Amino acid sequence: MTQTVMKIDDLHLSFPVSRSLLDVVQRKPGKAVNALNGVSLELQQGETLGVVGESGCGKSTLARCIVRLYEPTSGEIHFDAENIFGAAARKDRSYNRRVQMMFQDPYSSLNPRMTTGDILAEALRVHQMRPEAEIAGRVAELLELVRLPQDAVDKLPHEFSGGQRQRIAIARALAVEPEVLIADELVSALDVSVQAQVVNLLLELQERLQLTILFVAHDLRLVRHVSNRVAVIYLGRIVEIGDSETLFSAPSHPYSQALLSAAPSLDPDDKGAAIQLEGELPSPLNVPPGCPFHVRCRHVTAQCRTVIPELRALEGRGEVACHHAEEINHHA
Amino acid sequence: MADHPILEVENLCTTFSRGGTALPAVRDVSFALGKGQVQGLVGESGSGKSVTLRSILGLARHYGEVSGSVRWQGQELTTMSERQLRKIRGREIAMIFQEPMTSLNPLLTVGTQLTETLKAHTDLGRRARRDRAIEMLDHVGIPAAASRLGEYPHQFSGGMRQRVMIAIALAASPKLLLADEPTTALDVTIQAQILDLILKLADEMSMGVVLVTHDLGVVAQTCDTVSVMYAGRVVEQGDVRQVLQTPRHPYTEGLMRSVPQDVPPRTQLYSVPGTPPSLFSLPKGCAFAPRCQAAGKACQTARPSLQDIAPGRQTACFNPLPATQEDAA
Ligand SMILES: Nc1ncnc2c1ncn2[C@@H]1O[C@H](COP(=O)(O)OP(=O)(O)OP(=O)(O)O)[C@@H](O)[C@H]1O
Ligand SMILES: Nc1ncnc2c1ncn2[C@@H]1O[C@H](COP(=O)(O)OP(=O)(O)OP(=O)(O)O)[C@@H](O)[C@H]1O
Ligand code: SF4
Ligand code: SF4
Ligand SMILES: [Mg+2]
Ligand SMILES: [Mg+2]
Repeated sequence: MTQTVMKIDDLHLSFPVSRSLLDVVQRKPGKAVNALNGVSLELQQGETLGVVGESGCGKSTLARCIVRLYEPTSGEIHFDAENIFGAAARKDRSYNRRVQMMFQDPYSSLNPRMTTGDILAEALRVHQMRPEAEIAGRVAELLELVRLPQDAVDKLPHEFSGGQRQRIAIARALAVEPEVLIADELVSALDVSVQAQVVNLLLELQERLQLTILFVAHDLRLVRHVSNRVAVIYLGRIVEIGDSETLFSAPSHPYSQALLSAAPSLDPDDKGAAIQLEGELPSPLNVPPGCPFHVRCRHVTAQCRTVIPELRALEGRGEVACHHAEEINHHA
Repeated sequence: MADHPILEVENLCTTFSRGGTALPAVRDVSFALGKGQVQGLVGESGSGKSVTLRSILGLARHYGEVSGSVRWQGQELTTMSERQLRKIRGREIAMIFQEPMTSLNPLLTVGTQLTETLKAHTDLGRRARRDRAIEMLDHVGIPAAASRLGEYPHQFSGGMRQRVMIAIALAASPKLLLADEPTTALDVTIQAQILDLILKLADEMSMGVVLVTHDLGVVAQTCDTVSVMYAGRVVEQGDVRQVLQTPRHPYTEGLMRSVPQDVPPRTQLYSVPGTPPSLFSLPKGCAFAPRCQAAGKACQTARPSLQDIAPGRQTACFNPLPATQEDAA
């Protein structure tokens, strides 16, 4: 029986852009970066939902909303059936422990003056995970878990390589035994062998602890490997979501098709058949009307320029936000 | 391959010290790079890739001890004065750092950081610098570049910051690009666009490139040659096809096997067993021995040196994996 642990409903977030003096003089209206434009999704207990999409499409913004680093302009996020931005949930600190985020840039999220041991011990103390006497032992366990040598305890973040720092961040997140893990580019800085170890670790912990994982990454092979379901985001909107294997073997949205076709092959002689995206790169400052992908889409019609396509179920596939999904995939 | 290398690295060693103990971060790295050639650098995290790049650029000597030789167009960089080096850095040799957030100045707008670089390294006038800045942001795929020049790094997404770094590095048309994980934070479409841009510059401007990446797909698609590093040393190097398709060093083979390809979804992936050694207490013999399935007795006591095993192909292993028929022929 699947159980929804988190429900995200029509999330919007725009960041105001500071106006230049010229704009003010010319009385141009203030602009805004529309980072999220109506994201809705549900996380099922124990699943991994992969999130992929163009850089700047809003993946980290979504992740940051989930851990309440950003407050959405509108829309709601429910965890355990409670709105996390509501007054009651705000006071409840346990949410901060139960939903943990691992950041894209581990260096800036680790205190440069604290040793690894202090960083982990602090996390354990803040959330009172262990009595004082057991902290040292638990720190050693955590280092073991992420396969850092035990002498890492007294080292400062700058003494580690990028990948090693990433593992410290993972250990810190796991220290507080969360239920939901938000992994934003968690393994991107790791070599493939360590990536494999971390992925194995996540899969194993997920099984053992029924962890729910939101896995944001650019490495499509990896996302395909770890995810049960995958969401493709384009300009702050989900354009396709569904079962991972189905989506990767037969992407239905024209953007998903282009994205998947660009993954670099391991064979130097296989130059691939990347679908070239034409047209202007999209800007969240100026989201096109209608289908946000229409300026780059090969299948664009008049309807696409004015009407926003809604996400809808497509026979034998997941949900797709494209007016012409049927025709496009019929020919494919 | 070019007969006249523009960059020759020979027996490069970089040592840090901590509490009186020496930390051998890079040991005896040697390679040569021809004009327009793209050389990949892969290996375990902590194996010394970033330190190698920093040592080439003369940055590591400020906090570590560097020995060996780095010849750039015939000039020795390791002994060059800081003043002379500064003229080369950014102008002839540019570097893209691994962590874009820490290498961009958070207090300056993106536009200022780009135009300042151009001011330092080119003769362009004010107007031309601004145009060039917009052009570069455009090249690296930052939409609405002109209207985002006035923004600060924190207002950009991770991948956008990385693209800004790339734009800054390429703005002055360097002859050598040292790129540390330049595309890891980028989606594959933008990654393809940036790698194309780098390849185009390599080709048209004869820019040499040393590219550090974890993505073996990126190596396969962009590099001519590749070096695999483990615990500070190059364990295998050569033509990219040969190294990826018939790895001879057990560690390289382990890397290739770890890629999630042709494995059932959500199953355990292969990963090289064990953990990398601490640089403070490296094994006496081959550094990979504790994790190596092919390790024999000799491996415990002696360290294999990097040997030619085929034309342009080297490996450091007492028991290299068999070459395929193709190689043997
Ligand atoms: N400034 C420094 N002081 C002391 N030790 C350092 C310093 N910089 C790096 N090291 C150490 O040198 C070794 C090599 O680090 P380096 O950053 O080159 O690894 P890397 O191969 O780039 O790894 P990654 O893939 O994780 O980025 C590591 O053990 C690291 O801890
Ligand atoms: N604090 C902020 N202030 C202003 N704009 C912001 C801020 N944070 C993010 N943005 C903008 O919101 C958009 C989405 O950014 P976000 O970081 O969510 O992208 P992303 O999908 O995570 O990209 P990447 O793959 O590059 O990490 C971008 O245009 C970015 O510039
Ligand atoms: S709705 Fe139209 S423009 Fe948008 S993806 Fe579908 S066909 Fe292309
Ligand atoms: S030298 Fe020995 S231990 Fe080292 S990689 Fe080769 S077989 Fe393995
Ligand atoms: Mg991001
Ligand atoms: Mg590095």
